[in-house]
Formats: sequence, C-alpha cells, structure tokens
Amino acid sequence: MENLIWLIPVLPLLGFFVLGLGAKQLPKGVAGMIGCASVLASFVLSLGLMGAVFSNGALEQNLYTWLSSGTWSVDFGFLVDPLSLIMMLVISGVGSLIHIYSTGYMHDDERHNYFFAYLNLFVFFMLILVMSNNYLLLFAGWEGVGLCSYLLIGFWFKVDEYNEAAKKAFVMNRIGDLGFLLGLFGMLYLVGSLNYKDVLDPAVWARISTFDITTLTLLFIVGAAGKSAQIPLYTWLPDAMAGPTPVSALIHAATMVTAGVYLTIRSHVLFDLSPISMQVLTVVGLATSIFAATIGLKQNDIKKVLAYSTVSQLGLMFFALGLGAYVAAFFHLVTHAFFKALLFLGAGSVIHGLDGEQDIRKMGALRKVLPITFIVFLVGTLAIAGIPPFAGFVSKDQILLAAYEKSPLLFAAGVIASLLTVFYMFRMFFLVFFGQSRVEHDTLHHAHESPISMTAPLGVLAVLSMIGGFLNWPALMGGGDWLQHTLAGVLGMEEGNEHHHAISASTEWVLMGIVVALVVAVIAFAYSIYVGKNTVPVEDEAEQGFGRVLSHKYFVDELYQALFVKPTQLLSEWFGRVVDPKILDGIINGVGQSVTNAGALLKNIQQGAVGLYLFVFALGIILLLALQILF
Amino acid sequence: MEKSIFDTVPLEQFIILSLILFCIGMVGVLRRRNMIVVFMSIELMLNAVNLLAVAFSAHRGDPSGQVFVFFVMVVAAAEVALGLAILVMIYRNVKSVDVNALKQLKW
Repeated sequence: MENLIWLIPVLPLLGFFVLGLGAKQLPKGVAGMIGCASVLASFVLSLGLMGAVFSNGALEQNLYTWLSSGTWSVDFGFLVDPLSLIMMLVISGVGSLIHIYSTGYMHDDERHNYFFAYLNLFVFFMLILVMSNNYLLLFAGWEGVGLCSYLLIGFWFKVDEYNEAAKKAFVMNRIGDLGFLLGLFGMLYLVGSLNYKDVLDPAVWARISTFDITTLTLLFIVGAAGKSAQIPLYTWLPDAMAGPTPVSALIHAATMVTAGVYLTIRSHVLFDLSPISMQVLTVVGLATSIFAATIGLKQNDIKKVLAYSTVSQLGLMFFALGLGAYVAAFFHLVTHAFFKALLFLGAGSVIHGLDGEQDIRKMGALRKVLPITFIVFLVGTLAIAGIPPFAGFVSKDQILLAAYEKSPLLFAAGVIASLLTVFYMFRMFFLVFFGQSRVEHDTLHHAHESPISMTAPLGVLAVLSMIGGFLNWPALMGGGDWLQHTLAGVLGMEEGNEHHHAISASTEWVLMGIVVALVVAVIAFAYSIYVGKNTVPVEDEAEQGFGRVLSHKYFVDELYQALFVKPTQLLSEWFGRVVDPKILDGIINGVGQSVTNAGALLKNIQQGAVGLYLFVFALGIILLLALQILF
Repeated sequence: MEKSIFDTVPLEQFIILSLILFCIGMVGVLRRRNMIVVFMSIELMLNAVNLLAVAFSAHRGDPSGQVFVFFVMVVAAAEVALGLAILVMIYRNVKSVDVNALKQLKW
C-alpha cells in the first residue's frame, strides 16, 4: 500500500489526459465516469494510508531526483504525514463529491468533457501541492492550481466579463506567487535547501537572524495572501464566481484557496521564530475577515455572498494562524471545506433549479419548490453560523478561544466578524427560501429540484457538516481532541503538553454560551427583518450612505483600477505610442535606411565600364608602389 | 671565367626592354576597346614580366626564377583558353567585342 503513494496524484492526471485527448470522442456519460472514478480511486487509496500514517507518523517516497545543482538537489518526492493526509482526504473526498455533482450540473454543457479534464488536472496539482516533500514541488502544484483556476473561471469564455475575471484572478495570483518565489530563493540562499526534512528543523534556523526569517515569512505571507484571497489581494475571489458553481465549490471554497493556510502550517517552524510575521498574519486575517463580512452584508448575488463569506472565513483562519492556533486554523479549514462546499453546491442547485437565476431578490419561498436543497442549505448555514453541534461551531469556537487567550479585544473582534457572517448568511437564506416568492413567473413554472446526482453529494456534505466537528471535539465537552493529538507530531508539540489553556473551563463555557446566544440573537434579528417584515434589498442604485459604499465593495476595485490598472495601461499606451513606434522602430529602421543610403552612394562606382575599372586598377597599383618606395 | 650573356648585353638593357614591353601592354589594356587586343596586351605584359624574371634568374645564377616563368606560361595558356572561350560567348550574345559591350551588366 505504501508503495502506491505515487498513484494518488497520478490517477487524476491520467484522467486528465484521457479526457483531454478524447474529449471529442468520449460520450458524456463515459467522460463523467472517468472523471469521477479517477478522483474516487485517489480517495480510496488515501483512505488506505490512514492506518499507517495515523499510527506510525509520516510516510515518505522519493521517486527520483528532480533536479540537482551545485550543493543542493530536489527530489520528486512525496511526504504523507497526518497534515498532508487530511488535506488529501479533503481534496479527493470533497473533490469526488463535487465531480459527481458536476455530472448533473454540467450535463447540458457542450464542453462537458473538457470541464472534467480541467477538474481532474486541478485535483492532480492540488494533490501535488499538499503531498510534496519539498517547497519546489509544492510551488509546482501551487502554480498548477493557479492555471486550473484560470481555465475554470474562464470556462465559459464566450462571455467577455468571465475572461476578465479569469485574467484578474491569474494576475492577482501572480503577484502573490512572486512573493512566494522570492521567499523560496531567500530560503535557498539562507539555508541551501528546499527539502522539508532539511528546512523544517528549528536548529537550522538558530544561526539565522530574526530579520532574515521575518523577511522570508513575510514573503510567504504575500504568497499565501494571493492564493488565499487576503487583503490586499482578495479582489480576485469574488470575481472568480464567474466560473461554473462546482468550480467555485471545489477551487474557490474548499481546496485551492486554503493552500495559503496549508503553506503557513507547513512552515510553522519559521513563523514561530518571527513574532512580527505572526502579528501581520493576525492583523491581515482579522481585517480581511471583518472587511469581507461587511461587504457580504449588501451583496445580492447568491454566489457573491458566498464568495465574500469564503474570504471572511479564510481571514478567520489566518487570524488563528497568527495567534499560533495552528490546529484550530487547520480544523476550521477542514470544516469550512465541508460546509462551504455544501453551501456552494446548494447555491448551484438553486441556480440550476431556477434556470440560471443568481439574484436573491428574484428568489424567495423556494423551500417548497426545492425541499432537499432547502434542508441541506439550512444545515450548511447553521454550520457556518456556528450553532452547536454543527461543524462550524466547534472550529470557530476554538479560534475564538485562542483569541481570548491572547486578548479579550481580539476575541471581541473575532466575534464581530462571525456575527456579521451569521447575519448575511441568514439574510441570504431567508431571502432565498422564505418570504414571498419573487421568482419570475416563467422561471417558477419550470423550477425543479435537482437530479439525484446532485442531491446525493449534497446529502453527504450535509452529514459531514453536521458531524465534522467531532474530528476535534474539545475535551471540555467530553471529546478527544483527536485532530490536536494527530497533528501534534507535525507541529512539533510534545504529546500531552500541547493543551495548556490559560483560561479555566468555566470561562470557556461562559464564552461559548455568550457566542451562541449572540448568534441566536442575530439569527432572530435577521428573521424579523427578512421574514417578519418581508424586507427585500433595494436596487444597487438606490442604496444610500454607507450601504452604497458596501454594495460597491468599498470601491476597492475602483481604487485598484485607479492606482494600478490605469497607470499601467497609460504606461503601456505610452510605450505603444511613443517608445515602440518612434524609438525602437526608429533605431531598427534607421540602421536599415543608412545601409540602403550608403549602398545608393557606393553603387555609382560600379559603372560597368571595364576600361575605367582597369584604369583605376592600374592607378591603384601605381599608388601602392609609390607608397612602397616613398615610405 | 665562363662567358656570360651579360658580357655582351648588360642587365640594364633587359630591364629597360621589359619595362618598355610592359608599358606598351599596359597602354594597350587601358586604351584599346577591342577585347582581343586587350587580351593580347595582357599577354604582352605577362611576357615582359617573364623576360625580367628570366634575366634576373640568369644574373643571380638561381634557377627558381626560370621555373616560375614556366608556371606563368602554363597558367597564361590556360587563361587564354578560358578567356577566349568567354570572349566567343560574349560575341555570340552581343555581336561585339567592345570591352564596354556588357556595360548594362551592373547592380
């Protein structure tokens, strides 16, 4: 079994090649089957590794030396420790569910087979990213998922706007990738290796100055902020909703965007040594969390709400990372993968049922039309809101507790962020499923519940969102802190010593009670507004005051447009208008022209008069002789 | 002492003779327009040089100069064969042996 590690990423790659090359020949049913089977097989293989990894620790497999140069070399090798195995299970598990869902969702798309090819390629790169045993291979996966993200956001490339969104995502990610790449160069320069087993050893860093480590980790944060959509690079994620909904669920909620969190946890040795970077993580995470949550309050596109919610939840994870609560962050990553994939797929089911309608103002009272979707969506919303015992409650609670240990102020800020989340999630939920139906008559007539291929994955994810919390059910409530113990080895914490809370059990209970009470109050508030009073959000143009600012997303896109895009375009335009045609073309054409001119001048000598040639010839010889004699 | 040709004809006279021949040849090459005459003039120049080489060779008692003259004659013969063939081709094409007959053949 252990020798088959390499098969886990290779199977989806194989699927990609088969689907990509045979896209025109394969019937849709077969293509969907291949797409699902390859990822499912990876999932089964990952499950098979569980016994060995969770009891014995890490497995390593080096396939071959990828490249070697001078004093360092990098293997094409895999490391499967509890951290990467859980990531693999999430990627291939949630990935399989989303693949199955896609067979229903994308059934009528003309490029159905390419869609599955891209999805398989994405799963391959994502698995490479988490399974690699060195930073270079991780970076290869990192870039690969960026590429797949681009391909899938722009999947419906006939719409210009979607292409713009894909380009935006790619460019924003490039900015982050540059930071990450510089960080890797720095690491190679400072330590001379990129292999985890050499680099992730605190002893190696003992002789390196804190300043260097801080620089390195800040560069890593830039990379992570790009991939995981944190301030200031988050603007691509909401636009990335242009892609088909399963893509939003898989790439832009459950897996790819969490790569930054994974990277940080993987590099925790470095971050532990740099208090400044930890503070940056805390501030960036908290700011992103609250910022995105407030924007989410005024969004009316069902997918945009979820997108800002994702940004906000990722912010919460970064917040936890900054507090040093790696387990809580990772736990939230996993539960978030469950409930956010569920919410996105549920939203996809709504969109599918309403024939492409995404505006929540044109929905309402859908619980009777889409009963299954309604139930799973309710589960997802409760999970993200943090109602016990749903998954989100446990993971979010652990983050908030970690914040309280640092300072009550951070705790309060975290609570505000999560209460905002509760409000906009329930606002959306009530607007979609309760109140009066605002669906257009024709659409409502055709509205239908989704096929079994879509509802089945929704059901599985709903169950996961309900029980996901038990992965790390706190000891306080009679749980075993399983994730905490499992990850202790990876995080370098000593067994049995990792759980020294600075706060007493009673305080913990009280905090938990306060948070849950506030959440319930906010839900009731949202209910009174959107169900009790049947309020419907006004048109974007009619927004007043601060609401207008929020509905325009704080004008950040406009700001970036003015600060970066416009100057760049002006500069390019200037280069195109002045430098290229005048200076560059001038030099090149000038060289050609002067050669032509010189030729025109010299060709007059070439008269074709043999007599003259001979005369000049004789004259020349006489001249040479004269020179010889005279000097 | 062995009798030498330079007892009766001094070396200066050989030099002067070949100089005169060479100049005649050169004037012929530069002034005449008939290609055949130009050709003959070139031969004259060649032979002037040959004569000079032989004279110096004998004067210095070094036979290598005379060997060179043989080579020059051989090459000249080959050159004449080739040159006359070209000349015939030119005449066939433009019906003229004027040196400027192919003046259009430029650029």
